[in-house]
Amino acid sequence: MRNKRQSAEKLMQRIFFSIAGASIAILFLIMVFLFMEGLPIFGVVSVGDFLFGHYWYPTSDPPDFGIFPLIIASVSVTALSSVFAIPLGVMTAIYLAELASKRVAEIVKPTVELLAALPSVVIGFFGMVVVAPFLQDVFDIPTGLNLFNSALMLAFMSIPTICSLSEDAIYSVSPGLKEGSLALGATRWETILRVILPASISGISTAVILGMSRAIGETMVVLMVAGGAGMIPESIFSPVRPLPASIAAEMAEAPFRGDHYYALFAIGIVLFVFTLLFNLVADFIAHKYRQVGEASL
Amino acid sequence: MSPKPKMTSSNLDFYYGDFQALQDVNLEFHERQVTALIGPSGCGKSTYIRCLNRMNDLIPISRVEGRILLDDEDIYEPSLDVVMLRRRVGMVFQKPNPFPKSIFENTAYGLRVNGVKDKGFIQNRVEESLKRAALWDEVKDRLDDTALGLSGGQQQRLCIARALAVEPEVLLMDEPASALDPIATQKIEELIHELKELYTIIIVTHSMQQAARVSDMTAFFYMGKLIEFGDTDTMFTRPKLKQTEDYITGRFG
Ligand SMILES: Nc1ncnc2c1ncn2[C@@H]1O[C@H](COP(=O)(O)OP(=O)(O)OP(=O)(O)O)[C@@H](O)[C@H]1O
Ligand SMILES: [Mg+2]
Repeated sequence: MRNKRQSAEKLMQRIFFSIAGASIAILFLIMVFLFMEGLPIFGVVSVGDFLFGHYWYPTSDPPDFGIFPLIIASVSVTALSSVFAIPLGVMTAIYLAELASKRVAEIVKPTVELLAALPSVVIGFFGMVVVAPFLQDVFDIPTGLNLFNSALMLAFMSIPTICSLSEDAIYSVSPGLKEGSLALGATRWETILRVILPASISGISTAVILGMSRAIGETMVVLMVAGGAGMIPESIFSPVRPLPASIAAEMAEAPFRGDHYYALFAIGIVLFVFTLLFNLVADFIAHKYRQVGEASL
Repeated sequence: MSPKPKMTSSNLDFYYGDFQALQDVNLEFHERQVTALIGPSGCGKSTYIRCLNRMNDLIPISRVEGRILLDDEDIYEPSLDVVMLRRRVGMVFQKPNPFPKSIFENTAYGLRVNGVKDKGFIQNRVEESLKRAALWDEVKDRLDDTALGLSGGQQQRLCIARALAVEPEVLLMDEPASALDPIATQKIEELIHELKELYTIIIVTHSMQQAARVSDMTAFFYMGKLIEFGDTDTMFTRPKLKQTEDYITGRFG
């Protein structure tokens, strides 16, 4: 009897172990593939020239494989989009968790979350046909498909992530803390600023970083609205070509296992490193500010 | 007994949704007196004490009927400034709830939100409050450490210090000694004796001995009703009702 139970338990453990192992193995295989297909480019250009070269002309003769303009494009689009998305997302979260009446929150919260359900191609389409002409008119610029437009669209995409995760973090602050603050004669605002936000800062930071990592990896939207110029932007209204957009736009035309093909995979590696960094930072913050002690529940 | 009570509740009813947690509670609290609220778990002591600084406002389904006066002012009057009320009526909660801040900042919190800027003043008041709450010796070398690293009993004393730092007129204490060892408990009881010269104190306690030691008046609650209220000495030696006597002597079913 006892033996049977033990072996059944061992079997279950093995099954779960192999399932967990399988997803890790797949991830590992994808990484191996990514590096195998990307690293050969460094036989053609040095890492330094690849990362910091100012010209991306992969199809001219001789080709230029400098992705600096693409990196700048991705970084600036992501940075500008977080300028829109962080205040809006976090403030909406505060409003939902602390200020809104139950009825309002019940309507607003699902609506914000629905924004996350919008396919990115729809957001890109909206950016192309509605926002771009509008920007062109209002700011009198040659094209509405630019850094600003894509930052705006990416903000739309990261707000639900930022808002929803921040709201959970704020909501899970123990009501005892809030009461403790109010009982000392703090106003609602003082309580939010001095107690609730500091107590949920790790969750909010994680939310922000995950939102941003979603923005930096997003492909369809930037492909549609960023304008596609592989140059270092001069203003927020310059057309740009972020990293994922380059891969998506050029992969089909790049000859299999040619230099261009390798270069695109190397861009994939750079992108992977970016998102990995974001996630590591998010983890680090979550651990650093994690509260200790029973009163922190 | 001084003629005019500091706080009065008259015909107080309290509901959590459909559930009536308090029924027609009439009580008076006088300056320079300690009133103990006793009664079995779930009888409404916390609910009652939380009505006195309108802490129950935070519970959306709750409803209050009747009146509570603080110096002749109805605290449930719509025009009343709740923030001001809570500055005057301080509270120590049943569960310790220190902020995720340093020990110093926890104690200084009430002063800061009350707009006190003077550093020296804050420093002095923090030290004085921690001393009064019998915590100073244990934390004086680590005031900048997080309060969440303190033990449960230390956290509770920190919460007492935090409430004292703003010098409220009325101090509500919901089982302040439940997480304390006998020595800290004794210190808190001494503190209550000392504070009563200045404040009106209302304390919830499960310990009959504690009620007998610290309070001048005792109120016995049972199932949301005030059963008996009177002089602590009389209540503990010659209670009017059998129910009170049974509870005090521990024969309660
Ligand atoms: N937030 C709430 N929502 C609904 N019912 C509540 C709530 N808080 C308390 N109650 C109910 O109100 C009654 C009184 O609770 P209260 O916390 O005032 O009791 P207490 O006398 O303080 O008990 P204890 O000695 O265990 O602290 C209980 O029946 C409890 O279940
Ligand atoms: Mg209680």
